[in-house]
Amino acid sequence: MSAVGDQVRKILDESVYQSVIWKSVFRHGFPDTDRNRTLVVLSNLFLHLHPAKLKGHAVRMRYTWCMGGLSFFMFLILTISGVFLMFYYRPTPEYAYVDIVALREDVPLGMFMRNVHRWGAHAMVLIVWLHMLRVFMTGSYKAPREFNWAVGVILLKLTLLLSFTGYLLPWDQLAIWAITVGTNMARATPFLGHEGPGASLIGYDDFKVVHSKSDIRFALLGGSIVGPSALLRFYVLHCVFLPLVAGFLMAVHFWRIRKDGFSAPL
Amino acid sequence: MSGPVGLGPDYMQPFFDFVNWVCKPQILFSGSVVTFFGALKFRKILVKPPVTIGIVIAMLVFFFISLLSPQFYNEARKADNAPIFIMIVLTGLVIWAAFYQAVNNDERFRQGLRSDEHEAAEEKLHVWPYLIYIEAIVAAFVLAAIFAWSIGLEAPLEQFANPAKSPNPAKAPWYFLGLQEMLVYYDPWIAGVLLPGMIISGLIALPYCDPNPKGVGYFTFEQRRFAISVFLFGFLILWVLLIFVGTFLRGPNWNFFGLYEPWNEHKLLSLNNVNLSEYFWTNLLGKAPPAEWWKREWPGFALILGYFTVMPALATVAFKKFYQQLGFVRFSVVIMHLLVMLSLPIKMYLRWSINLKYIVFIPDYFFNI
Ligand code: HEM
Repeated sequence: MSAVGDQVRKILDESVYQSVIWKSVFRHGFPDTDRNRTLVVLSNLFLHLHPAKLKGHAVRMRYTWCMGGLSFFMFLILTISGVFLMFYYRPTPEYAYVDIVALREDVPLGMFMRNVHRWGAHAMVLIVWLHMLRVFMTGSYKAPREFNWAVGVILLKLTLLLSFTGYLLPWDQLAIWAITVGTNMARATPFLGHEGPGASLIGYDDFKVVHSKSDIRFALLGGSIVGPSALLRFYVLHCVFLPLVAGFLMAVHFWRIRKDGFSAPL
Repeated sequence: MSGPVGLGPDYMQPFFDFVNWVCKPQILFSGSVVTFFGALKFRKILVKPPVTIGIVIAMLVFFFISLLSPQFYNEARKADNAPIFIMIVLTGLVIWAAFYQAVNNDERFRQGLRSDEHEAAEEKLHVWPYLIYIEAIVAAFVLAAIFAWSIGLEAPLEQFANPAKSPNPAKAPWYFLGLQEMLVYYDPWIAGVLLPGMIISGLIALPYCDPNPKGVGYFTFEQRRFAISVFLFGFLILWVLLIFVGTFLRGPNWNFFGLYEPWNEHKLLSLNNVNLSEYFWTNLLGKAPPAEWWKREWPGFALILGYFTVMPALATVAFKKFYQQLGFVRFSVVIMHLLVMLSLPIKMYLRWSINLKYIVFIPDYFFNI
């Protein structure tokens, strides 16, 4: 190390790393000894998602492509930008669209935050796909990680649903028509959709249990068209329910990665 | 909305016509399948950096030439289509990374060496700094990329929602366009409910149905040929390719358009798709199809029943070892998922070759296959 570097380091060692404040926060010295490098990972809530040490292959980017970590990182970016958007957005047809217009035009950084949220969501869908692809290509789904793969599949589905429910919220032409196309398929759910095979068999003569005002699409939209109740439902799903479930499953996912052990060649 | 766009420069027309022709569904799909299996076969050549770079350059040239077409240019600059290009680039990149390492490892095994990952795994590294630094740098780069994307490209906001005025074409979000494309060939209860459900159930079942203990913790192809070929076929051909088709080749009325063919709302296609029952009763037997569905549709039912019974039975013989390894239940799960997966290309080819509409057609119960 250079002379200046040595000097800086000496000052830090003496006045910062020994100080009461530093020690109250980190409880160990600068992580450049084996002991402190272990402690930094073990004693930090966020870092302790990792083990203190890993086998060499697992650290390399060419093995994980960093895609799992980035999936989580995108989730965080989306949570932060999403909270920002929530301050300015009201989920009713009379306000939703004008709120987005105002967000773009009047709110400082509003346009930027909306873009981050929109493009980040697209990016997350892609990143989760590619994470799944890497887990598949390295055979990491095999025993004992079968269950965690299944948790991942549900996370993938939640990621798509999060993106899909968010699509409706701007309440513009793109939004309602994409959601109309998407939810029309629910009409055709066997037995549960009013245009699904078997649905007309449930009931008696003219009395039908499953019709356009009682089928699964109606339940999803809170109506038979994409209207105000659909907007509210998608909003609640998008901002509360789905993120909570996804967050919960991510906790399970990360826990299991540690418990199952990270995949390694035998 | 403006009318159809122009055709682009005259000197490009022969090339554009050729590409439009290649984009016809049957040719594009068949070509992609052949390319896919060809690429698996010639993977050793394809992953060599000079070859890969050559392919990338060729694709870039193709992309920039394509921008000369007003139609493609229009679609390419739509902000919401940006993820499609990123998808193509990133998917290509990681597939290359996986196969580059797989080819390398397979070669090492042939020489009696251990995998590259195995060598690296000998050493244990501290997560701080070796992993944390990588994570921090990658996170910073990705954040910068998202910021740059957000500064450079505005998220679209169209007109206020109007339930009375449907855009043409009305497209689902890009990641569901594969499913929307399947709607061309199957009714919604299959394309929108059954197939997505079976993608999920198939993915969840996968670890329980792969009896091959090899290939954990390192990249390989030769030790997992079957699993990798099937998975990538599903991912690249039946998902990524169909998203591309849904984005760039489906225009007004969900009609098919060549990559450079202007989206004309009045494009007329003579649609005379025919049901299997008509083929059977009218063309083969020369009489009118019976009115009652259980009489009329029995050939279709027989065909489907046969497909899902005879094929599995044949498979137990053809893949005897696999069958013994898995046992009846797990083997059935695998075969059923594979047969449903294959039923998509089968229906596609039946549509393209003999204009087949439905194999079973019982509109009263919305039961059309
Ligand atoms: C929101 C979505 C997801 C998040 C945040 C996430 C996060 C992670 C992280 C951080 C890892 C550590 C290793 C790495 O970075 O590759 C990991 C590993 C893993 N993930 Fe995910 N994941 C998600 C979705 C999925 C999906 C869709 C699948 C599969 C269908 C999956 C299956 C697995 C498995 C089996 C492992 C263990 C890999 C090994 O031991 O090599 N995950 N995940």
